[in-house]
Amino acid sequence: MAETTYVRTEMLPPKPPPPTQTGVIGWLRENLFDGWKNTLLTLVALYVIYALLSAALPWFLHAVWNAESLNECREIIKASWGPEADGACFAVIRDRWHQMLYGFYPQDLYWRPNLAFVLMLVALSPVLFPNLPRKMLVFSLIYPFLGYWLLWGGTVWAPVSWALGFILGYFAFILVNDRGGTILAAIAAVVVPVLWWLFGAGPFADLVQSLIPISLADVESRQFGGFMLSVTIGITGIVGSLPLGIILALGRQSNLLMVKSLSVGFIEFIRGVPLITLLFVASTLLNIFMPPGTNFDIILRVVIMVTLFSAAYVAEVVRGGLAALPKGQYEAAAALGLDYWKSMRLVILPQALKIAIPGIVSTFIGLFKDTTLVSIIGLMDPIGLTNAIRANAEWQGIIWELYGFVALVFWIFCFSMSRYSMYLESRLETGHR
Amino acid sequence: MREWGRSGRPVAGTNVMQLRSATCFLTIRRACKLDPCRAPLHAAPPEGDPSTNHHPTGAVPIPAQSERKEVNMKKTIILGAIAAAGLSATVASAGTLDDVKARGYLQCGVTTGLVGFAAPDANGEWHGFDADFCRAVAAAIFGDPNKVKFTPTTGKTRFTALASGEVDMLARNTTWTFTRDVDLKFTFAGVNYYDGQGFMVRKDLGVSSAKELNGATVCIQTGTTTELNLADYFRSNGMEYEPVPIETNAEARQQFLAGACDVYTTDRSGLAATRATFENPDDYVILPETISKEPLGPLSRHGDEQWSDLIRWTLNALISAEELGITSANIDELRKGTNNPEINRILGTEGNLGAMLGLDKDWAYNAIKAVGNYGELFDKYLKPIGLDRGLNAQWKNGGLIYSPPFR
Repeated sequence: MAETTYVRTEMLPPKPPPPTQTGVIGWLRENLFDGWKNTLLTLVALYVIYALLSAALPWFLHAVWNAESLNECREIIKASWGPEADGACFAVIRDRWHQMLYGFYPQDLYWRPNLAFVLMLVALSPVLFPNLPRKMLVFSLIYPFLGYWLLWGGTVWAPVSWALGFILGYFAFILVNDRGGTILAAIAAVVVPVLWWLFGAGPFADLVQSLIPISLADVESRQFGGFMLSVTIGITGIVGSLPLGIILALGRQSNLLMVKSLSVGFIEFIRGVPLITLLFVASTLLNIFMPPGTNFDIILRVVIMVTLFSAAYVAEVVRGGLAALPKGQYEAAAALGLDYWKSMRLVILPQALKIAIPGIVSTFIGLFKDTTLVSIIGLMDPIGLTNAIRANAEWQGIIWELYGFVALVFWIFCFSMSRYSMYLESRLETGHR
Repeated sequence: MREWGRSGRPVAGTNVMQLRSATCFLTIRRACKLDPCRAPLHAAPPEGDPSTNHHPTGAVPIPAQSERKEVNMKKTIILGAIAAAGLSATVASAGTLDDVKARGYLQCGVTTGLVGFAAPDANGEWHGFDADFCRAVAAAIFGDPNKVKFTPTTGKTRFTALASGEVDMLARNTTWTFTRDVDLKFTFAGVNYYDGQGFMVRKDLGVSSAKELNGATVCIQTGTTTELNLADYFRSNGMEYEPVPIETNAEARQQFLAGACDVYTTDRSGLAATRATFENPDDYVILPETISKEPLGPLSRHGDEQWSDLIRWTLNALISAEELGITSANIDELRKGTNNPEINRILGTEGNLGAMLGLDKDWAYNAIKAVGNYGELFDKYLKPIGLDRGLNAQWKNGGLIYSPPFR
């Protein structure tokens, strides 16, 4: 037999792929000019990009940052770029950025909202990132009172005495629970703090304030504005609506007729009414219902309405998560001998909430953006402020720059929220699907 | 004075209020613009009641602590919310002036922003024709034009803000109409600006009269009286037009400049203010026709004549000051005494007009000194945005601005 005539003694070196398959050209061929349809689409897309850039780029390049009025901006642009040139007048942002961020908050007190914002991030972080020490949660519990005190000022003992109400409620629950059972304890946990807030908290705060005066300068709600107002309403609404929404979702699945019908009624009523209607109720109807001279803080009214509104939507999203769990999970929890609350806390909710994360975060992003609706009831949120700024003779007629700035800041907030939700999903992904 | 106990139960003698509130809830649909429900309360001022009348917040203070009002305020706001104790409120007493004095500042409703009339500057201070009128009232009451807090109101919230007592007065380019006066139960103190609807066109259209606008496309704000006025005007002149509905002045400006409509119509003050900010204002003209009457003025609630008199005569003082040649510059000199008895009466060197209003004799001096007379206000805020006096000249110069005599 002939030996292996054609066997080579050495390997051929690998040849480079043809130039049309590699590098820039290959990538272009594969992704952009792959057949006549894609080629056509690519050309159209290129034209659109070119058209957008050729309109927008000069506008940005000719931007003026230093001017006192829109007319001055125009003169500067004409002087530097010729009579036909068009350009952005970002001088308005430079002139009013603090107003867009803080509204009418006193300028020498800006450190208070700044500090409140930073502390808010600190308070949120143990909730958002579970690898941080659990002891930080204590700060998260303190923060609502601290944040209120920083933003609105006044005596520190007022928020302290409200917080005391919660502590009293907790002890009332423990004490009654030992003697009279859970239902009585739950009632006591509600009644005792309410009594305290109505009768005890005020005199207590006054008393302590007169003994140990610690207070910050008062800032009224009407001085709130800009993104500070949006964040205040948005974050309070988000923090308030999540627990409320979970409770409503559980209530909707309850076997107790009253609890179930109340939850369903609330959710369906709120979802059937537009937010702007609720805001009008907050700003005008409540004024008419309440006796004249009643001063029920407008921001508080709005926050309550926004929270209730968003809670109804969160409840439905959470219900979706609960419905997605197989029945076996509920039965398994029961078979382990867990009572209702334990089975919910340890077995059901951790799984249901994980499924519901994208929906919950969408609701929150929607809530945050909906805060701009308060401009319709006369609060000076960023959108309301753009109008107020344009009402100054020097900035009248300026549109794109202001709305662009508002859009950019909102985008930063909402994009961070959406990124966080993706992080959370990937971290909680346990491969059950 | 009716007060609600902390428990939410009315203190003795408040049954009337309770019943009235209940009626309010039931008949809220129409009849309850507040005042009808409250009128009896206002009509029956408290007699010999404790000194806690003017508690603005709904706090029910222990009388000895009433000086800690400020501290109490914050708390009750929150607590009121938590426990829905908003109902445990102090009912506003009969005298708005007494309330304002006790509170220490005037609450004035202004627009959320209208060029020339009210707008916040970079420091958050409100300035403008209307805003300074609020300052004049504050100066008349307190001698200090800065004792005023501005509440921005939208076209939708302004009347409830006033009716519910959230603000003491509105100075917010509000047109005086029959229904607002009679049905909504507000008292207009007078007219501080006579406005009217006009038309603006591009100059190169060659139009010199609104009568030549047959077939034009018109940018018009929807849901306003201007829309109805426009329809009436074109119909009565037998002309056709094509409306381009827009929502805000800013949008109208863009549309008009982009050529989406031939004509932009709104109040003449708005037209002039918008035109002043165009890149080439001279390319546009405002046509001479005025097709509606829009008398704008400050207003207050029905039922407190002392308070509405105060606003009315503060406005009249500013107007008379211009007529008599009193300016913020020469007022100190005139106050030393003049041969004109009316000037002396206004400035408080003769007679006691201030005391009749429940103010001190310097009230008008303080108001004029703080913001200037009517003409000075006009020159400061409205002239720069391209408005001329026109109808708003003094009656001696052929305008409508006319003050009853101070005597």
